[in-house]
Amino acid sequence: MTREAYHKALKTLEDEVLFMGEMVSNAIRKSVESLQKRDIAASKEIVKNDLLINKKRFDIEEKCISLIATQQPMAVDLRELTSILSIVTDLERMGDHAEGIAKINILLGEGPLVKPLIDIPRMADIGLSMLDKCLKAFVNRDTETARRICNEDDQVDALHDQIYRELLVMMMENPRIIHMATYLTWVSHNLERIADRVTNIAERIVFMVTGRMEEINVSKY
Amino acid sequence: MAKERINVPEPIVNIIDLSLYYGKVKALKSIALDISKKKITSFIGPSGCGKSTLIRCLNRMNDLIESVTIEGCIKIDDQDIYSPAIDVTELRRRVGMVFQKPNPFPKTIYENVIYGPRLMGIRKRGALDDICEKALKKGALWDEVKDRLHTNALDLSGGQQQRICIARAIAMEPEIILLDEPCSALDPIATAKIEDMLCDLKKDYTVIIVTHNMQQAARISDYTGFFMLGKLVEFNITTEIFTNPLEKQTEDYITGRFG
Repeated sequence: MTREAYHKALKTLEDEVLFMGEMVSNAIRKSVESLQKRDIAASKEIVKNDLLINKKRFDIEEKCISLIATQQPMAVDLRELTSILSIVTDLERMGDHAEGIAKINILLGEGPLVKPLIDIPRMADIGLSMLDKCLKAFVNRDTETARRICNEDDQVDALHDQIYRELLVMMMENPRIIHMATYLTWVSHNLERIADRVTNIAERIVFMVTGRMEEINVSKY
Repeated sequence: MAKERINVPEPIVNIIDLSLYYGKVKALKSIALDISKKKITSFIGPSGCGKSTLIRCLNRMNDLIESVTIEGCIKIDDQDIYSPAIDVTELRRRVGMVFQKPNPFPKTIYENVIYGPRLMGIRKRGALDDICEKALKKGALWDEVKDRLHTNALDLSGGQQQRICIARAIAMEPEIILLDEPCSALDPIATAKIEDMLCDLKKDYTVIIVTHNMQQAARISDYTGFFMLGKLVEFNITTEIFTNPLEKQTEDYITGRFG
């Protein structure tokens, strides 16, 4: 009764989730790079490519539903499929946040920013590293790493608070930059949400492996 | 190995350290589990794992096989059913059984259903008519056959024949109904009717079902036991077994990683 074709299909699905993860990771990295470099053309490319991420999400969802309908998965397989449905939703939203950053860059137009970007790229680096580790934990069924990732979210939250405070002070000192500074707080917010969504994925990985739904890092707010 | 016995509410059957031998072959190995009253309990596992042998122990059907010896104990309502004081005929009235292949008697629908009660001495026509109607209603067959109760049961479809057999078991007012793969010879529509009926029956009866169809176990049962090579590997609430089994062997079986 071993079901080779079915298990092969599950493995292929896993590879597709990784591929989608890479697409999202690239979008996030490029969105912050294009903001730093003030590269409007690159941002427009990110906005365009977000459609591919959305399409990938629907493809994976369809395959999950088809496997559920045709193979009646049980136990760990059922948990994996339902987790994938949730993971691709988070990945797709992370893609939207990257698109959001790209759109802000387009709205800001050409010209220098009010301040050099230091903490925003740092937030992006931490978020991307969290995502990378999370995708590896997904493949390796590694709950220990998944739990650790959730704690890293605190660093991203702290940076977001810091950026918000700094920009607020700058806006009070010079109201003419309110327009640009508000956009930058939105960039920071997008990155903060990206890290939150990585923790959602990490929680799903823990569920996938253990069967228990846990909220691992509860927001301090 | 099942690590610990789970506590089920209102246990009606207690299987205590039960082993069964066919000659020298040990077919059941120290089975221990409790069956909850007015719930559906299903037994799953690969062919030859002992699940049918186990339910046949519950109304002593295995007594009919000479080479069988049994160790351990089965209690129904705290009474050891293998004690010499037990009246086996009365036990089989309390614990009815339905088999894989529908096996109605070559008689009318009516005669099939009232066969048991008549054998028990009920003679009055009115009483037998009532028993027949009640049993067929509980067997979800009344509406389909009420106008032809006196036609031969063998003229019915496979699914209807199986429901006749269930109604025949119900007519004896058992406490427990054992079903050994009752849907394996039926099409999906007939299967769905029997599953719906079993879910209704648990209001009044304790149902124990052996099935090869894991989705069926998942759909209808409250508790599930997974057997392999004569051992009870895991016994738990059905949703736990099918979403998050504790034992790797259970997981491998239900996800099709061995079989």
